[in-house]
Amino acid sequence: MTATAVKQATVTQSRQAPTGHKLCSKTDLVAFSGVAAWLETPQGPTQVALFYLPGFERELYAIDHHDPFSNANVIAHGIVGDIKGAAVVASPIYKQHFRLEDGQCVEDDSVTLATWKVSFKEADVWIEG
Amino acid sequence: MSITSKRNVIIIGNGMVGHHLVEQLVENGALSQMNVTVFGEERHRAYDRVHLSEYFKGRDAEALALCDADYYASHGVTFNSSEAVISIDRAAKTLATEHGHYAYDHLVLATGSYPFVPPIPGNDREGCLVYRTLDDLDAIREAAQSAATGVVVGGGLLGLEAANALRGLNLETAVIEFAPRLMPMQVDSEGGELLREKIEALGVQVLTERATQRIEDGAASRHRMVFQDDKILETDLIVFSAGIRPRDQLARECGLEIGERGGVVINDQCQTSDPAILAIGEVALWNQSIFGLVAPGYQMAKTALSTLTGGDASFTGADMSTKLKLLGVDVGSIGDAHGTQNPGARMFRYLDPLTQIYRKMVVSSDGKKLLGAMLVGDNSVYDTLLQYYANGIELPKEPASLILPQSGAAPALGPDALPETAMICSCHNVTKASICAAIDAGASDLASVKGDTRASTGCGGCASLLKSVVDHELAARGVEVDKSICEHFQHTRQELYDIVRVEGIKTFSELIEKHGAPSTHHLGCDICKPAVGSILASCFNEPITDAAHIPLQDTNDTFMANMQKNGTYSVVPRIAGGEITPDKLVVLGQVAQKYGLYSKITGGQRIDLFGARLEDLPDIWGELIEAGFETGHAYGKSLRTVKSCVGSTWCRYGVQDSVGMAIKLENRYKGLRAPHKIKFGVSGCTRECAEAQSKDIGIIATENGWNLYVCGNGGMRPRHAELFATDLDDEALYRTIDRFLMFYVRTADRLQRTSVWRENLEGGLEYLKEVILNDSLGMGDELERQMQTVVDNYQCEWAGAISDPDKLKRFRSYVNDSRPDPSIIMTSERGQLRPA
Ligand code: SRM
Ligand SMILES: Cc1cc2nc3c(=O)[nH]c(=O)nc-3n(C[C@H](O)[C@H](O)[C@H](O)COP(=O)(O)OP(=O)(O)OC[C@H]3O[C@@H](n4cnc5c(N)ncnc54)[C@H](O)[C@@H]3O)c2cc1C
Ligand code: SF4
Ligand code: FES
Repeated sequence: MTATAVKQATVTQSRQAPTGHKLCSKTDLVAFSGVAAWLETPQGPTQVALFYLPGFERELYAIDHHDPFSNANVIAHGIVGDIKGAAVVASPIYKQHFRLEDGQCVEDDSVTLATWKVSFKEADVWIEG
Repeated sequence: MSITSKRNVIIIGNGMVGHHLVEQLVENGALSQMNVTVFGEERHRAYDRVHLSEYFKGRDAEALALCDADYYASHGVTFNSSEAVISIDRAAKTLATEHGHYAYDHLVLATGSYPFVPPIPGNDREGCLVYRTLDDLDAIREAAQSAATGVVVGGGLLGLEAANALRGLNLETAVIEFAPRLMPMQVDSEGGELLREKIEALGVQVLTERATQRIEDGAASRHRMVFQDDKILETDLIVFSAGIRPRDQLARECGLEIGERGGVVINDQCQTSDPAILAIGEVALWNQSIFGLVAPGYQMAKTALSTLTGGDASFTGADMSTKLKLLGVDVGSIGDAHGTQNPGARMFRYLDPLTQIYRKMVVSSDGKKLLGAMLVGDNSVYDTLLQYYANGIELPKEPASLILPQSGAAPALGPDALPETAMICSCHNVTKASICAAIDAGASDLASVKGDTRASTGCGGCASLLKSVVDHELAARGVEVDKSICEHFQHTRQELYDIVRVEGIKTFSELIEKHGAPSTHHLGCDICKPAVGSILASCFNEPITDAAHIPLQDTNDTFMANMQKNGTYSVVPRIAGGEITPDKLVVLGQVAQKYGLYSKITGGQRIDLFGARLEDLPDIWGELIEAGFETGHAYGKSLRTVKSCVGSTWCRYGVQDSVGMAIKLENRYKGLRAPHKIKFGVSGCTRECAEAQSKDIGIIATENGWNLYVCGNGGMRPRHAELFATDLDDEALYRTIDRFLMFYVRTADRLQRTSVWRENLEGGLEYLKEVILNDSLGMGDELERQMQTVVDNYQCEWAGAISDPDKLKRFRSYVNDSRPDPSIIMTSERGQLRPA
């Protein structure tokens, strides 16, 4: 199946998570790369990709771990980079790029990944609705 | 209400042409004036019938589909699949299907054609099939499962394509043709004879001048075909491909004008005898002709768009020139290929019985214009001839030079010689002028020209011509093809390599800080990071799992396994030379059983275990390493396998120990990071059972040592390796390969296999021999030293990873939860697991 054939334009903006709670600790993160975390939301469980860019203006991002083009949970395992000024991750399967900031797919306007607000609270990573 | 005041346009048939009309309506904004409804009898939405045969090669219905599943709905077009139109009431302007009646203002017939099945008694027996739709192919595949032999009735274009499909389904295949030769429409008797020889050489039986009288029960096979001379042929499966007939029944029944031999008569506006009804594609008869190709159908669809929207475009006929590869044999036919439509025309013929190439040109009596041409065995001159023909370009003084073999540079018609009106892509009606216009409007590479003009997105036959025109036009506008690797570095891979070596830079962050393009955030991207990772590895060979290198790698390198389409990984331990002990085989089996892995012998003589979950990888590798395995680098741009044959140890013909040499070489170069993957083969004698001549490095044993071949390739564009040095002893062989590989690592572009590198290397093979064998650049020692460093610093990455808790932390499904990813679901097939 080709990448375009299976893509579904699921546009879910910033899904609701219960207000602020600890997701994992800072030592679980890998600098300039991603890890996956499990998240319970009022809509059911979901999987989040966390990216850590130490030293950058915004250091921490949380974005949907699910890749809509391959239907596999793999986004955390993509390569991080910047394209046309925005931090992005490239899906490891069919290589589409998603902006970490707002989940927008660079190659396809109709596809956006969910994103969450995340921050450091001392040594912990906090996620918010 | 404005919505109901829109006209109702109904399109009957959702084949290639009917779909093209919908696309035209969408793209030209016509949907604001009309409600469009489409009825398709097939259960699939429109698909690429031209490439139907690829269905047997693994392209499924989804991949062949001409649009996304939601295309019609998202543009407000109503699409009813599996709903055939049964009748048309022209007076009431309605049509009927099994589900109801629908009113139309305009109707478009795009019902295509059906395969003609000759009226032979027994032609409806079970296992007598046709070749037109996806469902037909399913039926053939199904019937082939219980069949050993198959026959295609009809030796035309489609018949030969069907024969190839049967062959691919492992049936012993025969083609039966009524005429005295194959492809009677396209080739003459000489061409037909050559074609027969070529096709018979492929193991397909060819029977010409055979008229089947009846089909009955066979003795040894399912069917027996009885011919006019009472000769018989037994077979299990029969595919009829004896021509196509327009599906004009609906039109006939509602009283539209039909041609004598079928087809709905249309005028230049694609209107039938009832102006409210149009017909396009293979069902339409224009000027006494049916066009059995997709390009003319597309032109009719464009004309229909114009007619429906009040324009005045005309369909003025279409060129039926074709170029094909049938059963691997090139066949080309241009214009009046037989020379029968132009009295007084002169013929030029060239026949090479050795290479089995036949070329014929039909030239005007004054020798100035090309009227037609026929090619069998080699289509390399097709594009050039077509341009002479289609654009009426005056032939060179000696027209024969166009079809004679060339010793020097071929006199191809360069893109600059083509007039502005030259048709480059006939599927989408793209001329050289429209390509130039696209470039002037900002298209700056091949991909954007394709996107803007749609050239080369139909049958694909024009791809190479399009590329040469685009390249030429870009160059003419002084566009320098930007060689920067990506937006982060204004350097080529080769330049980055030199910078890293000269400045001794050891990390990506240092490189991008010093040499990155100033306009970016210096994060890099998925192009430059893996490329730099590979350069750093081939210079210093530090473990790729070190913290500084991790973010550079694609997931395959990060987790040292290839990611599969469902997010699981594959495990490929090294099995050097393809030699493995029974004990190790047992371990592989046990590990696969324990972790539920699908097991397969690869094309590289080793064993791949698929479906491993991220969190299981360290345990799996722990057990494998314990048993003496090491990583096979199946994930890396690095040495893959050294394929070997059994050689002198066992084989009666072997003259050297090819297995031993393969193992030595694999162990020497394993772990070498390169611009692309590298494969070797070592054969024990000239019979070449290891297929070394299709590898980057091929070695064939001789009485006196080893012959070395370089720069071969299998894959997408196979290339034979070239003989580089002869009768080398073991030491000389290592030294030569050391130098060769390091020179490649240093100078090749990113993701450039040795074959492509070699083809782009100025000076070619001779230059390469000078540098490697005669040390003309004086860098031989350095290349060898550098290789030795890589060899000395080898360590198994997996062994390193499982003994380092920090590295192991990465192999968790979730950092805050230990459950495995619940969305990975497997089912079982042939006794093993596979993704559901
Ligand atoms: C497993 C295997 C198929 C099999 O079941 O036999 C395979 C599987 C893949 N091949 Fe292959 N190739 C395999 C032998 C081959 C061969 C045969 C050979 O090596 O003798 C070829 C042709 C020979 C050659 O390379 O010259 C081959 C030519 C390719 C190509 C085309 C390369 C080219 O230059 O045209 C690609 C695509 C690429 O590399 O860009 C490719 C890419 C791939 C990838 C990596 C595609 C991908 O990115 O997912 C597949 C991943 C396998 C995995 O997940 O583990 N594979 N692939 C074979 C593994 C051999 C091994 O033991 O390592
Ligand atoms: C194996 C194969 C290889 C080919 N290779 C080439 C090639 O290399 N180059 C080339 O140019 N051409 C090639 N062709 C021909 C090309 O596919 C056709 O020219 C093209 O598909 C014609 O398009 P069409 O829309 O007129 O007909 P079709 O694609 O046949 O579509 C007609 C559709 O209408 C439907 N239909 C019919 N009657 C009704 C009804 N009453 N109600 C509803 N729906 C109906 C049919 O089910 C069908 O889906 C090939 C064809 C085949 C089969
Ligand atoms: S290549 Fe020669 S030595 Fe090797 S298996 Fe074949 S015949 Fe035997
Ligand atoms: S000629 Fe068919 S795609 Fe261009």
